[in-house]
Amino acid sequence: MPPEIAISKLIDSRSAKKEFMSEQAKNFWAGVRAELPLLIGVFPFGMIYGALALNAGLDRSASQMMSSIVFAGSSQFVTTQLVHEAAPGFVIILTIAVVNLRHMLYSASLAPYLASLSTRWKILLSYLLTDEAYAPTIIKYERDGLQPFTHWFLFGAGLALWTNWQISTALGIFLGTAIPESWSLDFALPLTFIAMVVPVLKNRPTIAAAFSAGIVALVAYSLPYRLGIILAALVGIVVGTFLENKTHIKPSNPLPIQANLRDSLDDSSTTKER
Amino acid sequence: MNIWLVMLIGGLITFGMRFSFIYLFGKLHVPETLRKALHYVPPAVLSAIIFPEIFLRDRQLDLSLDNQRLLAGLIAVIVAYLTKNTLVTILAGMLALLLLQVLL
Repeated sequence: MPPEIAISKLIDSRSAKKEFMSEQAKNFWAGVRAELPLLIGVFPFGMIYGALALNAGLDRSASQMMSSIVFAGSSQFVTTQLVHEAAPGFVIILTIAVVNLRHMLYSASLAPYLASLSTRWKILLSYLLTDEAYAPTIIKYERDGLQPFTHWFLFGAGLALWTNWQISTALGIFLGTAIPESWSLDFALPLTFIAMVVPVLKNRPTIAAAFSAGIVALVAYSLPYRLGIILAALVGIVVGTFLENKTHIKPSNPLPIQANLRDSLDDSSTTKER
Repeated sequence: MNIWLVMLIGGLITFGMRFSFIYLFGKLHVPETLRKALHYVPPAVLSAIIFPEIFLRDRQLDLSLDNQRLLAGLIAVIVAYLTKNTLVTILAGMLALLLLQVLL
């Protein structure tokens, strides 16, 4: 083989490799970029969480480590609340499980796109699978379909959020002690939940689920171990599901984008009417 | 129970739920009813936490105008409905509570 062809082949394979690498990097950074606007919104929550956790009586290291061990904002807030109320461990664990149930939904909806990856990738991406990483990723998959390196997009989005969450938690713990009691910082917690739940209340089953859960929570408030929350949540879930079955309307989704996905994933034709 | 143990178990459960379908894809069929039910988890759980926080004062139902957290909470509901913006909602609710505490 003449040397110039060998060289050009070498250059070709090098540029091909470079191309290969840059596809991964490109997807990774696209994920980070897509996550940026969400990071701005999440950062204050990390700080609020850090401050609240300290305020509730968790020590600094436990407050910080919860952000990497559990790594799920709303369940961390709920845990903080329950620690504050001195609820027993098994109730906290049960509540974390119920609050984080929605992650199974994300897991189910991303599963077909991640099916060909190694177990190591699946473990890593599962650990990073939060509401905020799921949202841009599923939009990307729905728009572009299954591409060889889109999992790097999820990795970028997830890692960006993870880093942001650790730093904002640390800052909240650091500043938490400086926030005066009279600011009623603890009220930020129900406000956060109001902001999350109101936009979801789009149809009758969802509204009924929310109100029945709320009312049961009030009535059952004096149950021991804060079991009222779990009972109320279960009643709400049953009421919503029952009404949906009865009225045959499409459920309101935690994230609006899931509507399309549900249809495309569904092998039964029950939700195909649109 | 030790808080570290609680966190560890809570973290493992959370990871397990995130990993569940990604790992078991193709091996597990999700019943339609369960799939429907999962959609009602966020509104149900969150409302179960919100209601006692704003309707109860000293563990008693308080629907009076003296209940500042209820008023501030209702303002937050309206702001959330209009803006659909989490941060704006929190700021509006906190501001409302501070003002109510100063004014009333």
